[in-house]
Amino acid sequence: MRLPTGERYLYAALAFLCLGLFFGLTAGIYYLGFDNLSWLPGFEMLRPLHVTSIMLWILMGATGCVYTCLSMLDNLYSRGLAAQAQGWLWAIAAAGIFWSYSKGHFGGREYWEFNPVWALPIALAWLLFLYQFLRSVRNIRNWPVYLWMWTSGIFFFLFAFTESYLWIFPYFREHFVTDMTVQWKSNGSLVGAWNQLLYGTSFFLMERISKNTDATRNRLAFAMYFLGLFNLMFNWGHHIYTLPTAAYVRYTGYLVSMTEWIIFARIIYLWKNSLEEGQKHFHYFPYRFLMAADVWLLLNLGQALLMSIPAFNLYTHGTHVTVAHAMGTTIGINSMILFAACYMFLDQGRMPGWFLRNMFWLAQASLLLFWLALNGAGIMKGLWQRDPENTAFAVMMKQLRPFFYAFWIAGLGLAIALGALAINLLRTASTRMKPVMEK
Amino acid sequence: MRLRACQRFFILLKKITILVFLLAGFLGFSMSIYMIPPEGLSRSAEAGQGRLVWQRYNCQACHQLYGLGGYLGPDLSNVMSAPGKGEPLVRAFLKSPPSLMPSFHLTEEETEQLMAFLRETDASGSAAPHDFIILPSGMIKNNKTR
Repeated sequence: MRLPTGERYLYAALAFLCLGLFFGLTAGIYYLGFDNLSWLPGFEMLRPLHVTSIMLWILMGATGCVYTCLSMLDNLYSRGLAAQAQGWLWAIAAAGIFWSYSKGHFGGREYWEFNPVWALPIALAWLLFLYQFLRSVRNIRNWPVYLWMWTSGIFFFLFAFTESYLWIFPYFREHFVTDMTVQWKSNGSLVGAWNQLLYGTSFFLMERISKNTDATRNRLAFAMYFLGLFNLMFNWGHHIYTLPTAAYVRYTGYLVSMTEWIIFARIIYLWKNSLEEGQKHFHYFPYRFLMAADVWLLLNLGQALLMSIPAFNLYTHGTHVTVAHAMGTTIGINSMILFAACYMFLDQGRMPGWFLRNMFWLAQASLLLFWLALNGAGIMKGLWQRDPENTAFAVMMKQLRPFFYAFWIAGLGLAIALGALAINLLRTASTRMKPVMEK
Repeated sequence: MRLRACQRFFILLKKITILVFLLAGFLGFSMSIYMIPPEGLSRSAEAGQGRLVWQRYNCQACHQLYGLGGYLGPDLSNVMSAPGKGEPLVRAFLKSPPSLMPSFHLTEEETEQLMAFLRETDASGSAAPHDFIILPSGMIKNNKTR
């Protein structure tokens, strides 16, 4: 008696989310202006602990979703050495990363600050994921859009992850501008890759909930898929508009990012239909997370479009507006889709009691305050950056303190709400143990 | 039945063609970034080593370069040429850091490599928003010659 492969990843992901919330809340104390924080681990340790835990929540969650969806399609091939090796490689990587952070051993780049040696098991695990996935889907005909999304998500993650380690070669590292360009090119594509995995899952869930298979096979779904893929490949230039890289790199990023207006317009156009559909399925708990993801997608896409205009980006870049966008998308979109999937797969979509229903609303309200506080701090910093005769950095940070307090209190609300929702799911693990039915 | 199979085949062919075009464009774009470095900057082995020092002590957790990195400390892109700051201040902060900054105890060699990296970063251009002008297209252009 053991858990099916996909569910094991989902439970591991939920455990990493709980860790990420704890480390995030602890790291946030550094923004509150206390003079003596020697009782806390250093910020240079807490930030990577938080970021890595959340990355593992998303990556393990996405892997778990793909495996569980494939098993629901009766097509999961997960037996044998490859599946076990993939799990062990993830375990080795996670243990190595947390061990090296706890010892203060860094050496990597932003988001992957650990010693590059721990990137090897991650890359190998992902390669095995690609192998397992391709073996699982090889006999399916007339692929729905989510299979295309998962294929490109898995493939591009592997490509961008490898690319993000080109700095280990002196050829790349020794040219500052090329190095920075490649770093942010790969970071942009990595986000695009896991978005493909999660949006694919979202399509799968919608198909199951609405029982409408046409929506995942029609021309519009594929047009949106190719537009998303196009953006994954070329829409990362907004990270480096101020970097003195070649003009065509920046113009490509600018022009491609403007194609996202099509997605934005489509969401607005379909909003009434989405609302009616939402009212119909509101009693189904996982659906509420998908609705929340839709609302956050609209807000964050609107913000991303503004931030992709260089004239606007000039004043928001390097400020907390960027953090608001990163947090808004990671929590509001990625995490909401993952919670929808977890509640559907691990809890059969049962409507929980009043406490957890309220935790859902606490999460949304806290995230809104969190997002607004970060945007407020970002706008203030943007104004400070604009002024050539600006005050000292420390003085500016002191002026932002009311925003940071609001951000931390909202973060506490988020940690309580998402933590309660995650712990409730983790408790289902003992009842989910069953004979493995995978091929 | 055969007609439907034919239709399906052409739809699949169309999707694969789009995918191939996108992939070809992506690979060409990636290669151009890898192979053609922007003009006006040379390679520096010492600065490359300094980049590793920057990563080894996770300076990016708190500091930014060109607005990319952490938010707890100031952007260090142009700290080496900033009036009233410069190399002496960076060296002083490394020896006796302010309250929230840890004491890293860098070796002499690591300090020199880090200085070379920060000098190289500084020489690459200006990251200050007030040094940019906005073009009619909405694109920005650095107006400061270094």
